[in-house]
Amino acid sequence: MSFDEALPVIFMALMGLSMLIYVISDGYDLGVGLLMHRATPEEKDVLIASIGPFWDANETWLVLGVGILLVAFPKAHGLVLTQLYLPVALMLIGLILRGVAFDFRVKAKAVRKPMWDRLFFAGSLLASLSQGWMLGRYISGFGDGGWNYPVFAAAIALALPAAYALLGAAWLIMKTEGALQAKAVHWAKLAWAPVVVGMLLISLATPWISETVRERWFTLPAFIALSVIPVMTGLALVVARLILDKPIVRGELCWLPFVLLISVFCLGFVGLAYSIYPYVVIDQLTIWQAASSPAALKVILIGTCISVPAIAAYTVFSYKVFWGKATELRYG
Amino acid sequence: MDALLLARAQFAANVTFHILFPTITIALGWFLLFMRWRWLKTRDPAWLGAYRFWTKVFALSFALGVVSGITMSFQFGTNWPGFMEKTGNVSGPLLGYEVLTAFFLEAGFLGIMLFGHGRVSERVHMMATFFVAFGTTMSAFWILVLNSWMQTPAGHEVIDGVFHVKSWAEVLFNPSFPYRFAHMLLASALTCAFLMAGLSAWQLLRGQSERSAPKVLRVGLTVAAALIPVQIFVGDLHGLNTLEHQPQKVAAMEGVWETQRGAPLLLFAWPDEATRSNRFEIGIPKMASFILTHDFDGEIKGLNDFPDVHPPVATVFWSFRVMVGVGMLMLATSWAAWFLARRAGWAPERIPRLALWALAGMTFSGWIATVAGWWVTEIGRQPFVVYGLLRTADVAATTVPSPMIALTLTMYMVVYVALIFAYVTVLKYMAEKPEDVLQPDLVEAAGAKAAAALVAGGKA
Repeated sequence: MSFDEALPVIFMALMGLSMLIYVISDGYDLGVGLLMHRATPEEKDVLIASIGPFWDANETWLVLGVGILLVAFPKAHGLVLTQLYLPVALMLIGLILRGVAFDFRVKAKAVRKPMWDRLFFAGSLLASLSQGWMLGRYISGFGDGGWNYPVFAAAIALALPAAYALLGAAWLIMKTEGALQAKAVHWAKLAWAPVVVGMLLISLATPWISETVRERWFTLPAFIALSVIPVMTGLALVVARLILDKPIVRGELCWLPFVLLISVFCLGFVGLAYSIYPYVVIDQLTIWQAASSPAALKVILIGTCISVPAIAAYTVFSYKVFWGKATELRYG
Repeated sequence: MDALLLARAQFAANVTFHILFPTITIALGWFLLFMRWRWLKTRDPAWLGAYRFWTKVFALSFALGVVSGITMSFQFGTNWPGFMEKTGNVSGPLLGYEVLTAFFLEAGFLGIMLFGHGRVSERVHMMATFFVAFGTTMSAFWILVLNSWMQTPAGHEVIDGVFHVKSWAEVLFNPSFPYRFAHMLLASALTCAFLMAGLSAWQLLRGQSERSAPKVLRVGLTVAAALIPVQIFVGDLHGLNTLEHQPQKVAAMEGVWETQRGAPLLLFAWPDEATRSNRFEIGIPKMASFILTHDFDGEIKGLNDFPDVHPPVATVFWSFRVMVGVGMLMLATSWAAWFLARRAGWAPERIPRLALWALAGMTFSGWIATVAGWWVTEIGRQPFVVYGLLRTADVAATTVPSPMIALTLTMYMVVYVALIFAYVTVLKYMAEKPEDVLQPDLVEAAGAKAAAALVAGGKA
């Protein structure tokens, strides 16, 4: 493979990485949004404080992911976004509502605060439901003409918010203390079962809904090597569930559920990537068919190589600054 | 309504809503850096109070800018799938660099800038503020490069309908870029200056924020009075540049149908595309020719020289008049208020109430002028998306049914109108909150806190 032919692969990897980082990072803050209505007014402030310094940067990964799709695979960008026209619009409305509710809730009149809190919850829910639906439609290659396609997409639309809520609860176990932390453990337990059921159903349904995926996974000897992915995913989920019952999860190991769940998301991503590659839209468009000219890709690659390490560095710096338990946020 | 018009309306609604907030944050970042620097230099708590208040305004504006910006990045694909397919090799890298060098920079350091005081040293905090300000300005740079390239394309070649870059230097510094960039940065500075002056005037009228408001009023008013003549000059240069590269846009701005020498400057008219003439014309003879060519008998090309390739006339004509009119009002208000305030020795109680009321009334004047200006240049580019080379109709989505676009357009409009209302209401509410409610720890702890932050900064 020449360098020019490898360029689309590099960009597919970069796009995948951005989307993975987005799903994990905005996933936990969307998840915290989904848990908002279960918290007392005082706890709500801590919930917001735990994600306040990060959410802007988290959503930027979505812009980068869509940006790479737009920039590196323009044909796919048009195809995907016109197919997903309505859910994209709903997700955007959701992201708008929660993004602004964040800031308005503390600046508006005190009597308006509950309204902004409700909008924050509603926005988070709308955004995660739409993202789940889009993921479902995308995995099925935008298949239509059968009852199974909308049911499949609807199942993922419900499973993704559950997964975000679980991740959000795990984030809170790590970032909070006392009664709120105990509540977060409880929320994590509540969300665990739906997530496991959802993941099982989706793992079974995906090969059924797409022939391409079925052939990829269920041929020997690939199947044996690939079984590592579901086995490790299952293991991580089981360990996460077991540790939720132990007192240590509220002490030294408060970070463990969050890290385990991140690994679950990563494993799911690897499985998905394996199912789809080398397509950018399954069965319709390969990454080479969809890619921009090598000249344009090289220009972007240079910028990416310089700026991504810098982005990584100041993201790490920002997390270090706000390390430890979340305290009240104060503009200064 | 047909799908193209709906798609354009939806995109226009989004960019119009979006530009309101970057217009504030681009300049406000630098104003915040200034306030922070004054606080470190003078240790006057009024500057810290001003910094804190305006940081909140920044956070709110930034959030609205981010969410509407995300919407925009998706609407490129949902509304104009053909745009990226055809111009992706030019616009892709520009947008990519915007995200990589600007968007991440501002979003990454914003958390530290907003909430990091006390967790990092004063120097690191100052750096974070600088990176946020620098990031917003860089963002404007890349976006305006792309927009200018769409207006005055250069440095490319078209092979089989797809644009390829021949020279990045020519793409970056295409003919209209320097003018547009300068015009937009000044628009941002003026919008923000009037916002600062207006909100501070409102606080003084309501007897709030007696320490910080006079300082912010002085900064905002001085910057406004100093920059508005510069903006008028740069705007004129930009107009001449447009005349050279996009004559039909200028013809629409001036309502000139037939090519003529000694064209009048129309103060009022109702351009009618059906009869291809103006109704109710009131104008100053030969003035348009003089402004545009610096010669009373200079020739102005008329719209009839460009059949089917000129923009909708009335919208461009009127947007232009709104922009210029508000600009003139900004000139008159800021100069009059500045001289009155100076005569009063900048003592808030001696500044005439009428001047404060006038400034308060002009709080959001920058928004109107900026939006009107963008409407002139963007609608003035129609029917092209890339001027002279690619028509908007040829890049629109063909598979999305009109009712669906109409539905989402309605949803977006409801949200945008509600949010503009909420934004203005909350700004007014924040301005009316007494200073000591806003910053309970300000008076007693300001000095001690800064010292503690310096110590803590070493550990962090």
